[in-house]
Amino acid sequence: MSTPTPFLPPQTAPSAETIRVKVDGRDIDVPKMMPDWQGKLQPTTMLQACQLAGVEVPHYCYHSKLPVAGNCRMCLVEFGTPMMGPDRKPVLNEDGTPKIARSVLPYEPGTPRGAIACATPISPGMELYPSSAATRQMREAVLESLLINHPLDCPICDQAGECKLQEYSVQHGQATTRFVETKVHKPKVVDLGPRIVLDDERCVLCTRCIRFTRDLVGDDKLGIVNRGSYNTIAAFPGTRFENNYTLNTVDLCPVGALTSKDFRFQMRVWFLKETPSICATCATGCNVTVGSREEVIHRLTPRENDAVNGHWMCDHGRLNYRWVGRSDRLAEVQVRLSSGDLQRSSWTVALDRVAQHLRKATAGSVAIIASARLTTEELFLLRQIGVRVGAIMDSVPRRGEGDAYLVHADKNPNMNGARATGVVGAEPGSQLPRIIEGIRTGAIRTVLAFGEDLVKAGCPAESLGRLEMLVAGDILPNATTARAHVVLPGCAHLEKRGTFINAKGRVQRFRKAVEAPGDARPEWEYLLDLHRALGGPSGPDNIEGLFHWMAREVPVLAGLEWSRLGDTGVTVTI
Amino acid sequence: MDWTFLIFTLVKIAVVFAVVMTMVAYAVLVERKVSAFIQDRVGPNRAAPFFARYIPFLGPRLVRWGIFQPVADALKAILKEDYTPAHVRKVYFWIAPAIAMVPALLTLAVIPFGSQIGSQKMVIADLDVGILYTFGIVSLGVYGIVLAGYAANSKYPFLGGIRSSAQMISYEISMGLSVIPVFLLVGSLNLSDVIGNQSGSLLNWHVVKQPLAFFIFLIAAFAETNRLPFDLPEAETELVGGYHTEYSSMKFALFFLGEYAAMISVSAMMVTLFLGGWTLPFLGLDQPAATIGMGLVHILIFLMKLCFLLLIIIWVRWMLPRFRYDQLMDLGWRRFIPVALANIILTAAVLAFVRS
Amino acid sequence: MIVSRKPLSLAERFYLPAVANGFKVTWRHFRRTVFEGKTAAGETAGGFHPEVPWKVEPGYRGAPYLVRDQEGHTKCVSCQLCEFICPPKAIRITPPGPDGQAADRKNAEKMPRDFEINMLRCIFCGLCQEVCPEEAIFLQKDYSLSGGSREEMIYNKERLLALGGTHSGTQKWKHKLEEAKAQEAFPVKTP
Repeated sequence: MSTPTPFLPPQTAPSAETIRVKVDGRDIDVPKMMPDWQGKLQPTTMLQACQLAGVEVPHYCYHSKLPVAGNCRMCLVEFGTPMMGPDRKPVLNEDGTPKIARSVLPYEPGTPRGAIACATPISPGMELYPSSAATRQMREAVLESLLINHPLDCPICDQAGECKLQEYSVQHGQATTRFVETKVHKPKVVDLGPRIVLDDERCVLCTRCIRFTRDLVGDDKLGIVNRGSYNTIAAFPGTRFENNYTLNTVDLCPVGALTSKDFRFQMRVWFLKETPSICATCATGCNVTVGSREEVIHRLTPRENDAVNGHWMCDHGRLNYRWVGRSDRLAEVQVRLSSGDLQRSSWTVALDRVAQHLRKATAGSVAIIASARLTTEELFLLRQIGVRVGAIMDSVPRRGEGDAYLVHADKNPNMNGARATGVVGAEPGSQLPRIIEGIRTGAIRTVLAFGEDLVKAGCPAESLGRLEMLVAGDILPNATTARAHVVLPGCAHLEKRGTFINAKGRVQRFRKAVEAPGDARPEWEYLLDLHRALGGPSGPDNIEGLFHWMAREVPVLAGLEWSRLGDTGVTVTI
Repeated sequence: MDWTFLIFTLVKIAVVFAVVMTMVAYAVLVERKVSAFIQDRVGPNRAAPFFARYIPFLGPRLVRWGIFQPVADALKAILKEDYTPAHVRKVYFWIAPAIAMVPALLTLAVIPFGSQIGSQKMVIADLDVGILYTFGIVSLGVYGIVLAGYAANSKYPFLGGIRSSAQMISYEISMGLSVIPVFLLVGSLNLSDVIGNQSGSLLNWHVVKQPLAFFIFLIAAFAETNRLPFDLPEAETELVGGYHTEYSSMKFALFFLGEYAAMISVSAMMVTLFLGGWTLPFLGLDQPAATIGMGLVHILIFLMKLCFLLLIIIWVRWMLPRFRYDQLMDLGWRRFIPVALANIILTAAVLAFVRS
Repeated sequence: MIVSRKPLSLAERFYLPAVANGFKVTWRHFRRTVFEGKTAAGETAGGFHPEVPWKVEPGYRGAPYLVRDQEGHTKCVSCQLCEFICPPKAIRITPPGPDGQAADRKNAEKMPRDFEINMLRCIFCGLCQEVCPEEAIFLQKDYSLSGGSREEMIYNKERLLALGGTHSGTQKWKHKLEEAKAQEAFPVKTP
């Protein structure tokens, strides 16, 4: 992660030197050199020049973060260069402007000749015609060729609705086919790996998937076999395409050839509500788009953020969303009666009980375990409550395997948030043995556990029974919620708003994608109520106000504003 | 107050109420039948009690004519679930149907529906200011509708209520102005005197003497009873059902009955004011009855005239499309009110000239 | 084009000709029905509804049902276009998901786990039929749907298929499969 890899290239600025070209008759100065997929400066291509001019050039194989292959031919653009006389001086028109020679076929001067915009560098004075009749004709011909063997099975294709073949056919293609012969049929429903299904008939052979896994991930598993119209993408014999980044090829695939087994036949993409959010599986904090319909999450897809995850995310994080909709979610506020049974209660009653108990508690007899999966705002509120009641606070560290790409060894999405707000010290988890010992000896009589299972964290289950008050704010039932005196159902981060601070210190906010089940409320909401009940200032009522309050109190976040975080976040120094 | 007066008044109220309610029920049937005939249909012809088939000859015919349909309708209205939506203002919501129903019935108190039977005059209350009473009560009718529109707390009823308040208030003016020439002719506000003034000859009927007044009164009566072509407060095609959109069961039926009762009372008014009341200008039928039989004949004459007017009102509903709101207001304020005012002045001038 | 309005005469402004014409028309129909005994239903259908069933003309848009192909397979492939286009949102499709039942037609890969039409919401507009790329849903002749509860009026897949019957159309997926099998290379693996 620390050294830039092809996977996450350094963010290089384009060169300051510019070249003047004409795009659709409009003069534009474009940088002479632009960063390529590895962040190295390379001569600017026609496609980049058109993009800078705000003209879209359709393409399949080109991707800004992949090596250029130039094999789909979709980006063909007609162009012209200044004519040179025999004296190597530009030939001028009568009005003094340089005469432009349109590129034509050498043996057929009447026919315009395009160049693939993704791989052709621009030169001074060049004129690009991305909207000319010849360009349009070239695109139409390329599309017709790509569609020759296409099965046209959009009704059963998961890509339908976000398929470049569909989009370009509408924009640039022709309505009918002239192909009357029998189509070539290729393998369908090919099991490429544990998470990927391949439909070879839909493939346009752009090789994005091959380049991604070979050049970026370094796991060379895919290639093209057979010849001519029998060209087929396949995994090398005897291998399976199963690294931790395979599902990125599904996003890369411009058509429906590579589809995710997880999302296969789940929901048509046009029904999905897209919410910008953050992956909470590790401390990297990949930016994601949550696709949900009617409060059911159907998929996560990576959202571009060059400072964090580029265009990519790992398969593990991408598939880690099902628990949000689990049927055994905590959905009721519960309070333990004197008889020992947990009974459904209301927020008012439960928070009142907690507040009453905390008001009586002596300093040092209270411990707060605040999960680093909570948002920064919630950790901040817990810290405020902890200071008010004199509690010992800590979080539970989660270490795991990291890799050189996106997976971080710290599996808590917000440990830096816990550090910044002061919930944990320099070494997370250092207070845990003291707390567990305190619970065992009876020195600690009140425990507030938010998002963590104390039993899993090492506290013997029977010693939890000795506590006077165990408050468990959690999402899913566990050994702690089963023994708690008050159970407060919380929200997954996909069900609330807030911020995480990732391993690199990037403060990123996320939005609410789905509604929480039952009584469940965002933790920050009821923690604000609890803080007030303990005599705290009335304070803000919304997440924006809470964030600004936090930014005033926490030195690391000084000067930050909620609205300025945007969807891609701001980096701070922890 | 002597006991006979009280008893006879109560009897008259009971009889009038019973007759009016029966007429309302069968006016609905007539409405449905007439509409069916005009639209190439047959109308209600299915409602049949179990005994209908045992009546020889007449039984199947009664069923086909729909004679039992009003009974079925009434049963349905009573037995249906009386549903009160959660968002309504309950007190007003419950009160509104009653307020819509009652004024229509109260108006009938001053209508002389016959000459006399024995020594009893066939009018519930022979007021000297009958017409003022009538207009006072009629103007209450709008409250039921406005209140229903307000209480329902939903947009279509609200629009219906608004429309109705504007419409009924506007047309009350032309209605009130249109009858002034009649009372100029009569010289009394007592409705029995109005009838007396029309006896003798067909030419004495005010519809002949004051055709313009009758015309305006008739049109205004359509508007006052919210009948097509002026049924903007309910306007099914625009406002779903207007002021009674949120009503169901008997509360809805009360609005329905109220509308027909209002039709009957306004027709009774027209019969009294313009069509000679219970009189016919021949066979001595224009003099107070000497025998009980003649008294009954007078009542019958009154009812016949009433039914004729009801038929006109019903027929017009299936004949003319609904007016646009601006056309309605334009007709009321810019045509009828000036014409009615001119009619008053003209009549007054002619009377002043003749009597001087 | 601007149509110039003819100025109205005084009588017209008081709606008198309209009233006269209205009476003429209504009287004509009234007379025909009452005195000549002619009714619309009698003229066109020869009687009245329950006794003389209404003849459903071709092209009538009744309730939408799912159809099977001539071999008894479900035609719907759960593309959910009808669910998307449905103006009153009466259609609700549960897609099969990755672990769902495979389509009962070879080569089609996909069919709905459930397909519900709420007949209380349906407005019989026919957009589902028009949008269907598989010729799997058709507005059929049923016009008199009734049920004892709201739940009963939500027709599920089995019921819709049972009511819909068969529709013989092109068998796209079967054709594709045969074409692939006829090919020398690439013996096509089907799910």
